[in-house]
Amino acid sequence: MAILEMHNIYKSFGSTEVLKGIDLSLNKGEVMTIIGSSGSGKTTLLRCLNFLEIPDSGKIIVGGDVLFDADDPNTQRESEIRKKRLHFGLVFQSFNLFPQYTALKNVTLAKELLMRDNPEFKKHKKAMLAQITEDGKALLKQVGLGDKLDFYPHQLSGGQQQRVAIARALALNPDILCFDEPTSALDPELTGEVLKVIRSLADKKTTMVIVTHEMAFAHDVADVIYFMDNGVIIESGPPCQVIDSPKEERTKQFLQRYRNT
Amino acid sequence: MSFSVVTFKLLDGFTISCTIFFITLVLALPLGLLVAFCSMSRFTPLRWLTKTLVWIIRGTPLMLQIIIVFYGPGLIWEGDSLPRLTAALVAFVINYAAYFSEIFRGGIESISRGQYEAGQVLGMTKSQIFFKIILLQVVKRIVPPMSNEIITLVKDTSLSNVIAVREIIMEAQAFISTYALIWPLFYSGVFYLVFCGILTLLFRYLENKLSYFKV
Repeated sequence: MAILEMHNIYKSFGSTEVLKGIDLSLNKGEVMTIIGSSGSGKTTLLRCLNFLEIPDSGKIIVGGDVLFDADDPNTQRESEIRKKRLHFGLVFQSFNLFPQYTALKNVTLAKELLMRDNPEFKKHKKAMLAQITEDGKALLKQVGLGDKLDFYPHQLSGGQQQRVAIARALALNPDILCFDEPTSALDPELTGEVLKVIRSLADKKTTMVIVTHEMAFAHDVADVIYFMDNGVIIESGPPCQVIDSPKEERTKQFLQRYRNT
Repeated sequence: MSFSVVTFKLLDGFTISCTIFFITLVLALPLGLLVAFCSMSRFTPLRWLTKTLVWIIRGTPLMLQIIIVFYGPGLIWEGDSLPRLTAALVAFVINYAAYFSEIFRGGIESISRGQYEAGQVLGMTKSQIFFKIILLQVVKRIVPPMSNEIITLVKDTSLSNVIAVREIIMEAQAFISTYALIWPLFYSGVFYLVFCGILTLLFRYLENKLSYFKV
């Protein structure tokens, strides 16, 4: 049963068409990686999924609920979108941690703010906040940063910052965790520690959509790979098919270039 | 004329200077933030109106603005003039709100979009994003230009003597005309100097307080 479906997504910026009818679906507990050259629309697709961009047309369905339908303005109200975003977590290429907060506070802040909408909040404030803090600590421990709780982002390496960002995205228990080139801003030697964390999430059956340039990693972690070019999906399927024996000429060319570098 | 008599007289004047300083600061800071939001509005007419007003305010001398606020009502519709101090305050608040707004705007626009987006994907509301994430980063960025502007304000208060507000320079000049004494005027500079010295220390303290993170 597909937890995520996107139907016929189109998106233009001015006169530039970036997405030209994207269809995809993803099963619960599976990992999708999206590969393709720069400018192929991978990041825009991920941003549409997180409502950072609003598609011009198409539908987004999560767990059977239509979250977004370009033809239905009711699905596009600001307050609605804010709630729907919580189905998704997003890890950015440039981390985007909040510099004035410690690693722990980065992880717990959003949950603390959401908790204020809970009618029980006033009565059990202390216990609820303590629980959020405990959860935050556990998440940081899970990404290997149990000893960095009180460090500020500028005191951490890029790889550590990205792991805090992963913990921050996990804190709200999203149905689908998205990664936008999570290692592209990192030194090669820091890439491994972040990929290891993502790998461990895949082992725990976390549903993920990962946009990446790390071909070996994409092959290794994915249940299904989508190859995008020029705003359309050229080829999709399990890694052994798309990467090891691609059918489309465009996919072969792309992979050829990767093998040569 | 004894030193202490002069000191007390100048202190009287300096109290007025400080009054202008603090009231301007307290009113112009929030007003400046509001103007900054208007100048960044997505509603084009509001943005242009705001930018035009800021251009006029920053493009004409504060001294002239004080004169216009004080004499304008009487000349244009034969209304009563505002009390001198009030007129000066109105001009100061408007003038400094315009300058502050540009500092706020620069500070707000310097924060990367990624910070807003990170807040958005975590389900925060617009006001939560602004107050919990953006504001403190803006404050940290604008402390240096703000401290410059605020120190300028201390000395600009002397412009109010153009409509005979009895601030410290006005009091000092009275010694020239009445007793032919020039030294009280020079002495008045010490008051400004001490006050600005204290402000400089305060801003340094604030900068240190905010040095625990980097933006």
